[in-house]
Amino acid sequence: MIEFSFRIQLLSIIVSLLFLLFIGRLIVKGKLREEYIIFWVICTLILVVFSFWRDGLDVVAHLLGVYAPPNIVFLGAIFALFVYILYLSIILSGLQNNNRKLTQEMALLREMLEKLGKQEPKVEKKETDGHHEGS
Amino acid sequence: MKRIAVVIPAYNEEASVSAVVSSVNSLVSEKYIYTPIVVNDASTDRTAEIASKLDCILLSLPANLGIGGAVQTGFRYAWREGFDYAFQVDGDGQHPADQLPVLLKGIENTGADVVIGSRFITGKGFQSTFLRRTGIRFLGFQIRIFTGQRITDCTSGFRVVNRNALELINEYYPDEYPEPESILYYHRNKLTISEIPVVMHERTGGKSSIRAFSTIYYIIKVSLAMFFTNFRIKKRRS
Repeated sequence: MIEFSFRIQLLSIIVSLLFLLFIGRLIVKGKLREEYIIFWVICTLILVVFSFWRDGLDVVAHLLGVYAPPNIVFLGAIFALFVYILYLSIILSGLQNNNRKLTQEMALLREMLEKLGKQEPKVEKKETDGHHEGS
Repeated sequence: MKRIAVVIPAYNEEASVSAVVSSVNSLVSEKYIYTPIVVNDASTDRTAEIASKLDCILLSLPANLGIGGAVQTGFRYAWREGFDYAFQVDGDGQHPADQLPVLLKGIENTGADVVIGSRFITGKGFQSTFLRRTGIRFLGFQIRIFTGQRITDCTSGFRVVNRNALELINEYYPDEYPEPESILYYHRNKLTISEIPVVMHERTGGKSSIRAFSTIYYIIKVSLAMFFTNFRIKKRRS
């Protein structure tokens, strides 16, 4: 029995440390922006802490008055994921808005450029006319 | 002479875009100059190629934005270029060009900021299916609750707006299914809306932006959007 729980503890320590390492690598390589780092680092640190501190879950559950300690894991995890997904949706909406503005601006600018392209010969002619008058 | 922008959103409308543009260009009036503005919403067919050879302004979006984003592009162009009035006319031939002067007369006579062409006032021409009419009535009912005004054809995209409305649209316009939601947005920003009867045709090409299977999604999405538009912060007007 003791051996079993030791095995799962070792496994969770290894997995959470590997996860922390992976996130660190992503940050170093610049593949994860700073805004998102905080959430992932905190979540992974919580995982690491609870993998080492075996009685931690029971202590926290007792403090909050939760009858079955695993429930607190589900509650916490689901809540954190909900908040994070909402946060991502907000970012996505912002990106969509920016994307729309940029796309529209590109279409309007392209039209303007084409119009200018058609007018160009006239502009050159004006310049040479002015030159003649000056000399 | 007043300058009239006729915004034609076109997504894969190669079959009908040329007919719509030439029907707009065939309108002759001493009081108005009509300028067709085709907004090519990243079509995958030959819409852009065909439109570039026509006598019209062509705005080509590099990525697909959907009907709301496409229409807004045309309206932003009209706002920047100083057009007096702007129309939205669907690229599929559903809105006959000969009805444009009717709407223009309506906006000049009523002094409203937005005039909507309704196919339900007189009941002539294409009347859509029963399911859609029921949906339109339901959305119209909500608009009546929120604004106190009766709009018989709130999903009609056949509209004319003046520069007051263009200024608003330049700032914000709903992305998806913009028609009913924009009515509330105009109302919230103290624009006057009026409705006059027009005759519509059945579309000659292309597909409705509202497909059959997504009618329920459409109703729910638009209802939600309309509800929240009531609380949206008003644009600060200088």
